[in-house]
Parts: sequence; structure tokens; C-alpha cells
Amino acid sequence: MIEIHNLSKSYNGVSVLHLERISIPKGQAFGLVGNNGAGKTTLFSSLLDLIQPTTGYIKNGGYEVHKSEEWKSHTASFIDESFLIGYLTPEEYFYFIGDLRGENKADVDALLAGFEDFFNGEIIGKRKYLRDLSKGNQKKVGIVATLIGNPEVIILDEPFANLDPTTQIRLKGIIKKLAADKDVTVLVSSHDLQHVTEVCERIVVLEKGELVKDIMTSPETLKELEKYFSGEEVV
Amino acid sequence: MIKQFLNLEWKGFFRKASFQTNLALKILMIFGVLMMIIYLAGAGVGVYFVLEKMEYEPFSTINTFMIYYVVGDLIIRYVGQKMPVVNIKPLLLLPFKKTKIVKFALGKTVLSFWNWMHAFFFIPFSIVLIAHDFNPLGILAWHIGMAAFIYANNFINIFLNDKLWLVLSVGAIFAAFGFVQYYGYFDITLFTQPFFQGLYENMWFVIFPMLLLVIVATIAFKYFLARLYLDAGLAKKVSQASGGDLGWVDRFGKQSTFLKNDIRLILRNKRSKTTIFMSVLFLFYGLLFFTSAIEVYDGVFWRMFAAVFVTGGFLFSFGQFVPSWDSAYYPLMMTQNIKYKEYLRSKWLLVVIGTAISTILCIPYVYFGWEVLAAVLVGAIFNMGINAHLVLLGGAYIKTPIDLQSGKKAFGDKSSFNLKTILVSLPKMVGPMALYAIGHFTLGPVSGFALVAIVGLAGFALRDKVFDLIIKIYKKEKYKTLQAYKQKN
Repeated sequence: MIEIHNLSKSYNGVSVLHLERISIPKGQAFGLVGNNGAGKTTLFSSLLDLIQPTTGYIKNGGYEVHKSEEWKSHTASFIDESFLIGYLTPEEYFYFIGDLRGENKADVDALLAGFEDFFNGEIIGKRKYLRDLSKGNQKKVGIVATLIGNPEVIILDEPFANLDPTTQIRLKGIIKKLAADKDVTVLVSSHDLQHVTEVCERIVVLEKGELVKDIMTSPETLKELEKYFSGEEVV
Repeated sequence: MIKQFLNLEWKGFFRKASFQTNLALKILMIFGVLMMIIYLAGAGVGVYFVLEKMEYEPFSTINTFMIYYVVGDLIIRYVGQKMPVVNIKPLLLLPFKKTKIVKFALGKTVLSFWNWMHAFFFIPFSIVLIAHDFNPLGILAWHIGMAAFIYANNFINIFLNDKLWLVLSVGAIFAAFGFVQYYGYFDITLFTQPFFQGLYENMWFVIFPMLLLVIVATIAFKYFLARLYLDAGLAKKVSQASGGDLGWVDRFGKQSTFLKNDIRLILRNKRSKTTIFMSVLFLFYGLLFFTSAIEVYDGVFWRMFAAVFVTGGFLFSFGQFVPSWDSAYYPLMMTQNIKYKEYLRSKWLLVVIGTAISTILCIPYVYFGWEVLAAVLVGAIFNMGINAHLVLLGGAYIKTPIDLQSGKKAFGDKSSFNLKTILVSLPKMVGPMALYAIGHFTLGPVSGFALVAIVGLAGFALRDKVFDLIIKIYKKEKYKTLQAYKQKN
């Protein structure tokens, strides 16, 4: 579904991302881990054509993201609060995204009904603007909005950060369900090794822009990652 | 400890984003301050002689109006002087005593321009009085008394914040006092004048204003201290969502998705609300031209210029910043499956509707003759047909992120005036003037109007061509724009 070819990005001669080749098949749940500055957000931003790679290209669903815009119709993403419109209420925001993705109000309402638990009664019908919601609640809105319109690729940057424990557990459930769907490719980045190993079939570790590990998740994966990040293992 | 505070203030001042980006505005402000100082100092020196010439007793006349001066100062402060809450949040966790933080914040207001600007009036005035054989000690007492009133205002303003109704009612009451005094029904100054005069004649009167100052300073201190919590004085205001689901917008078809958003954008954000305010101001601009109040504007083609202006207030103040209005969530727009054409059409429609409303509101200008009305109508056609496109084209080059939540910076964004935008704006004003002049001086006014109207109507046909051009610019500049919008957010 997603092909990364010889992708690199450098700022003023300093390389921040350099990936030879990563291929993510359709339906895979793909986890991206790495310390701050490892290039996770840079990778996701180039995937969404928000920044221009220095070399190489990314194909999403067969379309080169830099050349065509076709990928936009099957891709949904939530990177940060710049994906929210602060002066809308959550409902208005969901309907807006629904409109863009060809879903009518009833479709959106039906989808939202499935997330009552997740929202914990703090989002819908409160007549509050998104800009006035707490960081955690903003994130919930952003994540659920990516599910509108049955996208085939869903990209979430740090979805677990800022969420309370209950919500983290519920979110894991949501992502697992998406991962089980063989038509949906999910890309998740996280600092939480446990969460990411739990929901993803495959985990890629970045360090200083380079790929250092690419593992299919197994019961030992968490141990392996912990060992790596505690610095006990020499790469 | 004070040293650390001062250090923070110093850095805060020079590293403020607005300090660096908004030089034009800064210069404008400094200019305003200088003007204020010159006016006040001029009044301080001159008022004695002017009043003497008009055969008033200068000092007692000044004391008569002093009550209005003091109350007026309070109201102006309410509008202009800001609460000193900045930078307080991070200090709460540090080992400072809260009283110290409050003292520092209040101390900062004492140094405010709003206080010492009055010195430019009072000091020269007092010197002139002493030069005219007034008792220096009495003048000193009067002077101290006035300073105490000014500073009392400074502190009152602190706990007056957010009590708009109180300020409005005080203002209304004193406006009423002024009114009844003018018509000779009741004169409040009969009661206040002896007091201000008394500061000079019975020097011990000065105790009263000083007592007032101490009391209001204490109240301000306590008020501030009590609100030094995140959920009280330092809390962010949360507003209730307003407006229905705007279902009526759906009739505009595909554009309605964006149109709904834009209407909400305008109604729910401080910065965009000022565009509405500006467009109302623009409406009155015509009075300058159509009434022949200013001789320079008497030439017939100036009518055309004014017509474009009065009907285009919204067009210029909103359209100029497309797509910057969406800067806060531009990454979202760029990753969604958005048809640029629909996006642009919705902005265009909004601008056209705004122009239509302005035009309807301008119909009363018919009072100044049918030619004025004709100018307004063809000006509106030109605005819709030509200028609406040009303004969107110019906006494509502007990469200033807009902070929707701040009301400032509606005027004079430095980076919004680059060469390209100026080049694009030029034909907006000059075009219709020139067209009208050509028609007017060859075949008469009717053909002048007709020419402007025809060109305006022809512009509608070019709409899609211009949109394609704008879309090309949007696409070409996408990464630069994303980068630029990120700067602020």
C-alpha cells in the first residue's frame, strides 16, 4: 500500500531522515518508534506531502504523493492540533470532515454513536469550541475524525500521548480492530513501547533518521525494544 | 529577586514575536505617543494664556473641568491600558512569594505611559502658574493631589477590568452631567470645582486624594492576590458555541461546506470580527468624498474611487487574507481531499455577498444625487467582477499566519505588503477611476459609468481562468506556505 523509496530529508546539509526502502503492505498495522528527533514526524509529514523530501519518493496506493493528489481520498491522518479547526464544535468538525469525505450527517452520526464510550460524555453536545477543549479531548476528536469515510490508510502521530489510562485502553481496542481489518492500513507512532507492541504487527525503530530495526511483532518484541532503548544492546 | 523579574521583562519585551515582525505598527505607535505628548505639553503651556485671553480665570476654570478630565482618563484607560497578567503563570510555581509577584505586576503598571503622559500637561501648566505669582507650595499640593488622582485611576482600572457595564454607566452618567451642564439645568462642577481649587487654597486637602490612592491601591493588591489562581484571574475564558447548524447555507451547493466554515470563522474569532467592523467603517468613507468636504476630492473620478471603497470594505479586509485565514489548520486542509476550486469559489461567494450587503447599505448615498448612486452600483459591479478575483490573487502571495484569537494586527502586517500584492492591488482602485474618466471626458458621465460596469461584467467571465491561476500558485507555494504558517502556531 505504501512504498518508501530512497527517501531522505536534510535541512541545511544536516540529514534528519534517510530510509532506503520500506514497503508497507495493505492491511498491515505498522508501528513507528524512536526517541525525540529520530524522524518519526518528518516521515509522517513527508508521507502526507506536507514537506518535500530532499531525495526519493513515497507511493501511497500506487500514487506518488508528491505528484498526484489521488491518495488524499483514501488517506486520513491526525498529526497534531493543526489538524483541528479551533472555532468549530466537535460535531461541526466531524460533519465538515464528513462533507469532505462524501459522508452525510447521518453516516457521521452513525459512526460517532459507536464512540460514546471513548468520548466519555465530554465531547458531544457540550456546545464547546475545539480550542477550549483539553488537550486529551482534542486528541480524541482528531483520532475519531480520521475514521470518518472508511479510509484505507490511517496515520496517527503519537495517539496515546495526553490520554488518560481508560482512554488509552479504549484507543488500543479501536486500533486493534482497525488492524484486524485487512482493508485498512494503520500507521502509528508512539513513545509507549508496550502500547505499540500490543497493537502493531510490525515495528520499525528509527534513530537519527536511520532505520535501525524492522521487526514483526512477537511475544519477545517488547523485551527486545526495551533492551534496545535502555542502551544495553549495541547496534 | 526584583532583578530576575526585570530580566524576564526585558527578555519578554525584546523577544516578543510582535516586536520583531511588526515594526511598522511599532513606529505607528511611537508616532502616536509622540503626538500625544506634543498635544499635552502644548496644552500645558498654552491653556493658561488661551483662557486668560478668553477672559476666564485660568486656574479655577481648569479646576472646573478637572472632574471630566479625571473621569475621562479612567474611561480611556479602560479601553487602552491592559491588565498586567502576562508572564505570571510560570512564576506561580517558583519560590517567589505571591505578594511579591503581585507587587511587581502592579509596580509595572505604575511605570505605564498612561500615567506619566499626564506629567506633560501638569508640569508645564504648574510652571506657568508659578510664573504668574501663584503660591508655589499651594501649586505643589495641587500637583500632588492631581498625581494621586491619576494613580488612583491606574489602580481602579485594574479591578475594573471586565466590568464593562460599570464603566459604561459611569461614562453615561458623566456624559449626562456634561449635557445638563451645557444646557444649564444642573452643574456638577459647582460641587467639584471648590474641591480641586481647595487643593491649592487649603493645602491639607491633599490628604483626601492620597487617602483615596492608598485605599484603591490596597483594593487592587487584594483583588489581584485573590485571583492569582489558574481557575480565577488567570483562567482562559471559555465561550459557549453559538449559531445554529446554518442549514440555509446548503442551498449554495458544493461550496456550502466551506461557506459554512467561513461564516463561523468570521463570527467566532476576534480577528475576523474586526473585518466586519472595518467594512462598516469603510461605508462611512464615502461621506468624505460625496459631501465635497475635502476639496482635493472634488474631481468627478474621485466619486468612482470612493464607490469602490465603500462597497469593497469587506472584500478588501477579508479577501486580502485568503488563504491565511485558514493558516491555523492549513495542514488539515492540505491532507484532506479538497477541491481547490470549491474552496476558492466559497471564498469568492462570501466576498461577493459581503459586497452586495455593503452596496445595499450604501443606497442612502442617493441623497447626494443619482450620480453618486450610479457610481456606487457600478463600483459594486466592478468589485464583484474584477476586484474579487484580484484580491484573491493577491492573497495567494501572502504567507502571514493569522492568529484568529487576537484582535490586534488587523492593520499593518509587515509581510502582507510585498511588491506582488501591491502590484496586484493597484488596478483595484486606479482601474475603475481611469475607466470612468475615459468615459466621462469623452461622452459624458453615463458612458463613464457604463464603461466601468461593462468591464466589471466582463470580469465575471474570466473567473474560472483566474481561479486556475490562483490554484497553480497555491500548489506551487504549498510547502513554503505550510512552513510559513507553522512559524506562529
